[in-house]
Order: sequence, then structure tokens, then C-alpha cells
Amino acid sequence: MKQAMTPEEIKEKKPYLDWSLSEDEYNYISEKLLGRLPNYTETGLFSAMWSEHCSYKKSKPVLRLFPNKNARVLQGPGEGAGVVDIDDGQAVVFKAESHNHPTTVEPYQGAATGIGGILRDIFSMGARPVASLDSLHFGELDNNTTRMKVTGTVRGIGDYGNCMGIPTVAGETTFDPCYQGNVLCNAMSVGLMDQKDIQKGKAAGIGNAVMYVGAKTGRDGIHGATFASADFSDENATQRSAVQVGDPFMEKLLLEACLEVITKHPDWLVGIQDMGAAGIVSSSAEMASEGKSGMELDLDLVPQRETGMSAYEIMLSESQERMLLCVNKGHEEDVKKIFDDYDLDAVTIGRITAGHQYVLHHDGQVVCDIPVASLTDDVLEEASEEKKPARITKAEGQPAWRPQITNAEEALRRLLQQSTVADKQCLYQQYDSQVRTCTVVGPGSDAGVIRVRGTKKGLAMTTDGNGRFVYLSPKVGGKIALVEAACNIVAAGAEPLAITDCLNYGDPNDPEIFWELHQSVQGMADACRALDTPVISGNVSLYNENNGHAIHPTPMVGMVGLIKDIDRVVPSFAQHAGDHVYLIGKTADDFAGSELQKMVQGDISGALNDVDLDRIHDNLRHLLSEMQAGHVASAHDLSEGGLGVALSETLFKTDLGMDLDLRDLTAAQLFSETPGRLVVTVPEEQVAVFEKSLGDNAKHIGTVTNTHWLEAHLADAEVNQNVTELQRLWEEALPCQLKSKD
Amino acid sequence: MKIAVIVFPGSNCDIDIYEALSSVCGADVDYVSHKQASLAGYDAVMLPGGFSYGDYLRAGAIARFAPVMKAVVKMAHAGQPVFGTCNGFQILTEAGLLPGGLKRNDSQQFICKTVPLEVVNNQTLFTSQYQEHERIALPIAHADGSYYADQATLDELEANHQVVFRYAEENPNGSLRNIAGITNRQGNVLGMMPHPERAVEAILGNTDGRRLFESLLANGSVKVEE
Repeated sequence: MKQAMTPEEIKEKKPYLDWSLSEDEYNYISEKLLGRLPNYTETGLFSAMWSEHCSYKKSKPVLRLFPNKNARVLQGPGEGAGVVDIDDGQAVVFKAESHNHPTTVEPYQGAATGIGGILRDIFSMGARPVASLDSLHFGELDNNTTRMKVTGTVRGIGDYGNCMGIPTVAGETTFDPCYQGNVLCNAMSVGLMDQKDIQKGKAAGIGNAVMYVGAKTGRDGIHGATFASADFSDENATQRSAVQVGDPFMEKLLLEACLEVITKHPDWLVGIQDMGAAGIVSSSAEMASEGKSGMELDLDLVPQRETGMSAYEIMLSESQERMLLCVNKGHEEDVKKIFDDYDLDAVTIGRITAGHQYVLHHDGQVVCDIPVASLTDDVLEEASEEKKPARITKAEGQPAWRPQITNAEEALRRLLQQSTVADKQCLYQQYDSQVRTCTVVGPGSDAGVIRVRGTKKGLAMTTDGNGRFVYLSPKVGGKIALVEAACNIVAAGAEPLAITDCLNYGDPNDPEIFWELHQSVQGMADACRALDTPVISGNVSLYNENNGHAIHPTPMVGMVGLIKDIDRVVPSFAQHAGDHVYLIGKTADDFAGSELQKMVQGDISGALNDVDLDRIHDNLRHLLSEMQAGHVASAHDLSEGGLGVALSETLFKTDLGMDLDLRDLTAAQLFSETPGRLVVTVPEEQVAVFEKSLGDNAKHIGTVTNTHWLEAHLADAEVNQNVTELQRLWEEALPCQLKSKD
Repeated sequence: MKIAVIVFPGSNCDIDIYEALSSVCGADVDYVSHKQASLAGYDAVMLPGGFSYGDYLRAGAIARFAPVMKAVVKMAHAGQPVFGTCNGFQILTEAGLLPGGLKRNDSQQFICKTVPLEVVNNQTLFTSQYQEHERIALPIAHADGSYYADQATLDELEANHQVVFRYAEENPNGSLRNIAGITNRQGNVLGMMPHPERAVEAILGNTDGRRLFESLLANGSVKVEE
């Protein structure tokens, strides 16, 4: 087939600029890497593989700050997903991925294929996905565009995950005007496996087969990777052709077929990788690079559902539900037989070759003949300029905002109705949270908890990202993201193991945004070290802007923790009247970026106080050992809305109340968001041993009552609220805000 | 008693019902492929929840043509226990083993939550260990669970005591007469939208479904002769 342009025309007309390849990069490829002009197909492959989405060329220097090893880590970043040892020869596999750009233009398919993609990353490692989580950030619920996006996104996640039979057990949904033109949709998947089944995305062994399995290739999602690596504007807001279309039924079959090959026939398989961003080219080139092999593919053999596709289109299509396998020579028919049984295509499209060339044939011609490494390893890392934003310097020199709360009860009632704080049941009840019958704690708690069938173990998991904190003080905000996740994991009675992340930022070519990225990653890395939770996988989503307005820098932390005895899982709500209530961690005047500030002032401002990571880690360690000993009846992390909201939530869905002596706190401090705090309840008979262990890090603040009233005596106010009434406000807020007002 | 759990392409509660019967109730259970034509040797058959054939066309509409369904129909006609939950219920109505059909929920949304139910008929081989009019709570997880049948059929169901479970307090999906589960006239085929297999262990917070499986195991059956 004739190429759309000759190499000379490409040099002349520079179409690669529209594919986000710079002129410098193009010249470097022509002059240094190839010693000739790349043809049309090759130029397309370079632009996709050299996009930020595939190469991390901008973010790599910053990602190196993360620790990614400890005694439990079996596989760190670089493969489909990270793998952590959970004893007994078992491992937990997890990763999070963003699908922000697709979800912004087409919420339903964008979110659905986000789930599909992250699931493939998990089962390509040889693990069975056992739980999903999400982290969603939308604009304010005061307009129908946001309502439509919320509805579509939630339906997309639900339809895909429900059909796959994988429970969605936890997540977060927040609302802020900064996400109005650029929604964040991050999905995380957690899988379980026997360590002996760990797979790699590797192609090696001269003569071995490169097999394409799963759905056929169409023209959808072409250049999705570069689409995700450029800013939004009104002109490209309807780039729907770059959004893929998902088919969860196909994926379910693909999952079962792949796991059958991996677990029952390990001797057939050399490696396996998901065809994710940049489709066939990224999976095949990365596998060849990993195996230090050459590869030759015949694109005419690729199963196609459209006619007349060019080599460029076939290679860059991001059609969903496809995987690439490297199969030992002689077992091609065996593999095909298994996929036949699931009515899936399994076709040998090429072979591993001697040398290191990446060669593509199409329509009787060689359409690409370049070194494998030129696509994967030779990418030019880009040094980025950094500049501290003036707003941050200015805020650091100004006195902190001090709220005046004249009516604490009214403030509490209003806070419970803020979209970000309000009950999310109307959203998460659209997700099947129980399928696989392992969900011990479902959505609506600090962390989701699943049991590991056949053992006493459990896994706790959470996703957390608070863009407001990171926007005001990136480094401290980065630390808080980790602290928040760790508190959620410990609240369930689990020991934090490791994290995955999605780094959601604006355009990194803006020096201020790159500074935010650098600073916040430094803060996260510091906290990872302090909490001993290395980063084992993750992704970077830059260019989250609309018409020049960047989102708040919003790193999302997905953390998994291990519960050694599932019978010791700790609920997030109060259990018995007469139990004692403790506040773990000191409360300070932390109002910058708080839900209270947003509610009262309509916007956020100020600088954050630094956090004492070692002290928080120490508190969490002591608390966890008390939980593991069975001394704690309930525990709930304090987040948006502070102590006031957390106390209310501890009582919702119970028939209990609390009588609390908070006379060393002001009414305003009831809503301060000092990180690293939890409310716990402790049975009378465990009080002595609990207090001895926690020392002055746990403050006794009252008792659980059977009145269903929240009674708190503050330094300058009294709170006396019927819990049924508070719960009603909290439950009804979101369904009401989601109703169209036009 | 030997029980078959049918696995269709897209079934996803197969493991749940298998484990409920096997590890929790100690029954003798096998997974059986949709491609298998015979169920010889099995005393009862379970059609699990999920999205058989991706719910394409209509939930359960394609699964009824799977090779194994002829054997399922044969067992049903022979009076042996046939149980379907969620997608299994949808398949049973599509296959004509139970009257009526399941429409999209009134809310047009998938709903996953635990709902209160009334045991309307405890005189079936699936419900003998419940009390009549007993209140239990079971999880639902479906988008197409609104039971529909014409008035005459509904009257007949009631007259023959074929309505086994009814939604109590709230009707989550718009089902006519709050119907959550029905049997065929003979009482050996039960279809229900709620998931008893998700409520058999205390660690998961609910054991109200366990007696359904225990009833079945206690009541037993004869083997199919081929």
C-alpha cells in the first residue's frame, strides 16, 4: 500500500507536529537514530511511542524520586502492574491508570475502557483481578454538563466492572470547579496470584511466535496516546474518534482464556502484554525491547474488523480487549485451541528474529525497518524548566485564614451536604460490590476489604487524592496524600504494603506546573519512605487543561494493606454504647484548603503547615498493633470536614450516639483538617491497655451512648444534634444535586 | 446429592454459588460447561448470575440456546430441582421454564444493595427451612430485575402459591406485585433476582441465604436416568 506521504513530504510538511512529535525529536530520529528520513508509518510509530503517555519523557526525572523496593516488593514499576508478596507463596498485584481525556469527551466509554485497560494490566501479569477502585474528580454539581459527566462516568464504570464480575469495593468522588473542563477518572485494579505464575511483558527466543489474541482491530482510538499528551481546547473538545469503545463480555472471555494459558500451560508462554495505549506498536516494541530481541510482524495477518486499514492505522489503533503473546515455537496451535474454545481470535502475526530490528510488512512491502530501541529506549528525555508560582510565595508570607464559627451546628449540617462530603451511595450502588463473595467491607468505609479465600488473610485498599492541598503547598500536599491513604488502610486494621499512583497535572511545559509536579512527587516520595510504602506501579497524566486552565495538581494514591487475620477487621462505625471514644493525633489550626474554607469563602487559599511524618507513622503503628490485638471496636479516618464530619459518619447507620468533651477545641477546630488523625472507639475492658500503648497520642474525648444524639461540648460552642437528622441531610444531598435543574 | 453449576460465557457468580454449596454447605458440586449436552448423574442444577453472552439482545435471550439448556429443561420436566438467581432467573424465563420476564429496573440503573424480603411460601424444596412470612434480607445486584407478567398470569402465580419471595418495605426495581422470586407450577424450578449465595457466611455480614441451600440439600432428589 502506498504511504500517505513520502519521507520528503513529511520533512517538508511536518505532519508530526500535530501528533505531538517536536521538530527537534524528528531531526534527532532522522539524523542520529536512523541516518535517513523516516517514512509515514515510522513517523507515526515514533510520535506515539515518544509521547509522554508511552515514554514518560517529561516525568521520568521526577519519577526517579520514588522509592520502589522493599522486602515485600516482587515487581516494581515497568511491567503491566506491580507485585507484592503477601506470604504463603501468594502475591497481590495492583496498578492504577488514568483515563481523564477520554472520560472528559465521552464519559461513558472513556470510563468503561479505563476499567477495561487496567484489568488487562492485572491479568497480563498472571493475576486474577479481584477488586476495583476508582478516583473521580468532577466540576461543581451546579450545571447539567457536570451532572451528565457524573452519570455517564459512573454508568461506564458500572457496566464494565459489573459485567466482568469484579467488585468495585472503594473509591472517592470529589467536586471542584477546576475539573469542570477536564474530568479526572482514575481506575485501580487489584489482583491475586500465586507467585509462581508471575508473567513478564517479554518477547525472546529466535523463531518464537508473536501471537495476537482477543478482539479484532478497528479504527478506534488511533493516536489515543498522543491525544492524552496534549491540552484540551474548544477546538479538540470533540475528538471522539480518539476514544475507544469497550466490550466487557469480550474482555471477560479474554481474561479467562489468558489465565487458562498462564496458569495451566506456563511452558507454552514466553511473555504476555496488554495492547493498551499505542496498541500493537507499544506492546510489541516493549516486549521485544524487554527480551533484547528483533521482531518481524506481518500486518496483513492482524485480525481486522474494518477494510482498507493502513499500516499506520493498524499499528496505532487502540481497539480494546486485545493482548499480545510471545509463544514458544511449536505451541501456536495449542494456544489457538484454547482461545478457539472462548470464540476468540488467536493468530500468529510474526516471529522473534535475530538482531535488534523492528520490521513490519504490509501489503507486500516493508513499511517499517528500525531498531527496536529507537522506539523504546532512545527517547529524548526532556529537561523541564521549573518556577515556583507567585501565588505560593505570596501565600507563605501571609497570615493564615482563621474562620469565625458562630453556629457550629449549622456549620456541621452544611458541611455534611457539600458534594465532596455527602453520602455517595447513589453512585456506588450502581457498582456490583459483592460479586466473587469476598467483600468483607464494601464502599462507604475508609477502605474496602476483601478476604483471600482459603486463608485467614484480607486485603484493604483505598484511593485518595486531594488536589486542593497539593495546589496550595505541593510538597506538603504530596505528603498528605500518602498520610490520608495510610490512615484509611490502618482504619480497617490493615498494615500498609505499597502504593500505586496516578499523577494528574496540567501542561508540564508551564514551568510553574512542572514545579508543582516536582515538589509534590518529592513530598510523596518522602512520605513513601517514612511509611515504608514503596511505589510499585502507576501512571502519569499530564496536559489536564481546558482553554489554558489547569486542574489542581492531583496526585492519586492507591494503597493496599494486608490484614493477617480477617476476623480482626475493624469497622468504621461505632459498635456498642458504653465504648470509649478517642481522638488519635493532635488537632491544629489547619484550615487552608479545607472543606470549611471552600464552603465559607467559596475558594481555597493559604499555605499548609508541614506534617510530622515520623510521628504519624509511629501513631499508626501503635494503633495497628492495638487493632491486631482486638482492642479497638471501630476506627474512622478524619478527612474533609475534619472531626465534626468524622464523628457524624461514625454514628451513621447505627442507632448510637456520643457524648463528647471537646473543651480544648474551638468550634472552628471541630472542622480543621489536620492530617493523620482518626476517631476510634474502645470497649471499656480494653481502655487501660489501649491508653498505655497509645500514650498521649490518643486523647479520650467521651463515650458512645444509646441516645442517637451527637453531643459535643466545645470551648466556645455546644453541639447537640439528632443523628437521624444529620444522616438524612448527608444522604439526600447528592441525589438532590444530581437532579437536573433545567 | 450431586449438583451442577452451569458456566455460560459471561457467567460471573458461578464461583459464588459453587463455594456457597461446596465450602459452606459441604455439597458435592461441579462446574459444568454450557457446551455439555448431558446432565446425567446430577440431581440438581444451578444457573448462576452474571452477564451470559454479554446480555446481548436481552438478558438470558442467547443463553437459552446453549447446548446444556436442553438437558436443563429435561431435568426441570423430570421434577428435579432447578435454581436460577439473577441472570439465572432471566435465563429461566427466556427458556420458558418460568412465566413472565424481567424488564429494566424502573430507575434505569444497575442497583447493588441489600433489600428486605418476605418469604411468601415456605412449602417449596428451596424454602422449607424458612418460616412462612419470615422477614429476611438478601443482596440484589442487577439492572434488569423488574418482574413483569400479564394480570392473568400474576393471578395464577398467586393462586398456585408460586410467588416465593416478595420485596418487603421497598420495591427496588418496579417488579409487579413486589415479586422477587417465583417457582414453576410444580415447585421444582425456582428463579429469583436476589442473591442468596452472597449471604451464607457471617464474615460477609449476612447468613440469610444459607437456609435456601440447606433446604435444597435436605430435600434431595432422584437422579436423571438417560
